[in-house]
Amino acid sequence: MTDIATAPAAAVTVAHGRGELPPWRLLLRRPTFIVGAAILLFWVVCAVFGHLIAPQDPLAQQLLATNKAPSGAHWFGTDQLGRDMFSRVLVGARTILIISFFATLLGTVAGTALGLTMGYLGGVVDIVGGRLVEAVLALPLVVVALLFLVALGSAPLTIIIVIGLVFTPLIARTVRSAVLVERQQDYLASARLLGENRAYIMFVEVLPNVLPVVLVEFTVRLGYAIFAIASLSFLGLGVQPPTPDWGADIYANYGVLPAGYWWMTLFPALAIASLVIAINLVTDSIEQVLAS
Amino acid sequence: MATYILKRLGLALITLWLLSVIVFLATQVIPGDPGRAILGNLAAPSAVAALDHQLGVDRPLVVQYWTWITGLLHGNFGISTQFRQPIGPYIKAALVNSLKLAALAFVIVVPLGIVGGVVAALNYGRAADRVISVAGLSATTVPEFVSGIVVIVIFGVALKVLPVSASAGAGASPASQFQHLILPAIPLVLVLFGYIARMARAGTIEALNSDYARTATLKGLKRSVVIRRHILRNSLLPTITVIATQTGYLIGGLVIIETLFNYQGIGNLIYTAAKSKDFPMLAAGVLTVGVVYMVATLIADILATMLNPRLRLGGAE
Repeated sequence: MTDIATAPAAAVTVAHGRGELPPWRLLLRRPTFIVGAAILLFWVVCAVFGHLIAPQDPLAQQLLATNKAPSGAHWFGTDQLGRDMFSRVLVGARTILIISFFATLLGTVAGTALGLTMGYLGGVVDIVGGRLVEAVLALPLVVVALLFLVALGSAPLTIIIVIGLVFTPLIARTVRSAVLVERQQDYLASARLLGENRAYIMFVEVLPNVLPVVLVEFTVRLGYAIFAIASLSFLGLGVQPPTPDWGADIYANYGVLPAGYWWMTLFPALAIASLVIAINLVTDSIEQVLAS
Repeated sequence: MATYILKRLGLALITLWLLSVIVFLATQVIPGDPGRAILGNLAAPSAVAALDHQLGVDRPLVVQYWTWITGLLHGNFGISTQFRQPIGPYIKAALVNSLKLAALAFVIVVPLGIVGGVVAALNYGRAADRVISVAGLSATTVPEFVSGIVVIVIFGVALKVLPVSASAGAGASPASQFQHLILPAIPLVLVLFGYIARMARAGTIEALNSDYARTATLKGLKRSVVIRRHILRNSLLPTITVIATQTGYLIGGLVIIETLFNYQGIGNLIYTAAKSKDFPMLAAGVLTVGVVYMVATLIADILATMLNPRLRLGGAE
């Protein structure tokens, strides 16, 4: 059935240029993408409308109902201050999504610019950049971020800048190798012969052709950013209380985990897990579609 | 090959130097005026200036960096501001503890990851491949403390079969130490599994598609023999490199895991130093991590060169 239905469409697009179906149509046929995108969408909705959806005020302390196990009144139980964990988990999607999105965006924009320059200009820029990538890679992301957050003081904007700057050389490296491939193409030689200046060639001629690589890199890095930011929050260096935040809630409550109060840490932990897995399902699908 | 190793060593040294500059900037320059930090806001400017002079932080940055780095090279890591004692012994003890935990994680994950990757490759495109690949990818991206909490809840709180703290206490038997390290090792295994399996899978697929594998099959060798003799040998080369590069990430994971399980390793040392703004300790800990990573990747590169005749004999680029 599907073969018959899609065959003409494929023929039409081939006539237009390269490829068969538009990439987003291929994506929608992948169950992993549907599942990942659905979970991601759920958390995005929570991030935007969390305060409206949450059954209770995530900041309201009920000192007569502290450390309550999950029940009909509190689906995910209450924490040590008697706050409703279900509401905190829903609203907690906001901080991590905002911070990780902007950190990744910063890293992607700066990294793409640097990668284009390194790959297209080559020479000294390329060598110095390459060494810098190696130096950054020698340290785990969490350690680099820890180092600078302690030195600079922890604030959401600082986290965005530090993670973004650490991502910059890593993304630059990927973009650079894509640019090196493009450099061999005839269209660049013709652009050069036409006398276009370097910046024009880099950003108008080369950039559109490496955009798929940049897109995949963005989604991959978004997963890493969430990993790192959740870890930093867990270390007490991320979002500060009383703002609901998954990592920070785990940091505040993991001490009472051995005493049997598992719900205060388990539900935020599962929220983080579902978010990173969702992003990976989406990333994996995009990569598969672009590779096919 | 000797020139290759020398070149590789040179590059590693340059990288290490760059790393030391980054660490120096982050721990000695950005935090601001040490004299003011020690004496507090109310101290007289003259007293702060005198202390700064005594600490040597009023000298030009290049001079300060030189004093710091030559001290490190002579094994002088400085004095910890939180313990008021030399840093060296702390680093050494923590490194030994971390190596125990890391070794246990590696012993479990390396065979598991290789088998997973090879099985996925042999079932390329089928359900087994998709399950291993997606599960591996997911396990890799779930933060260690998240999977750590899940295993604590299951084995420590619900089933009560394993201890939830990694420290067995002083003088504990190796068996008891091992038992305490099982739960902390699981999250590290989960994170590393995806990376190693992915590399082993990619290497195996490449070997499966190669001409020599086709020749071996066509000359009538059994599939098991082809896999064992021709495929595995070639597919495991890139895997060795990825195992070594993962030691860096492993230490990042240790910062988290050692904190969650209250284990006195290098990760916990870095974390407590950061929390108490013990910058000399922080710098020493972070540089140690960098050195461990450099040594591991260097060994992996040399090993990969020695195992691969094409690199051993020809151009090693």
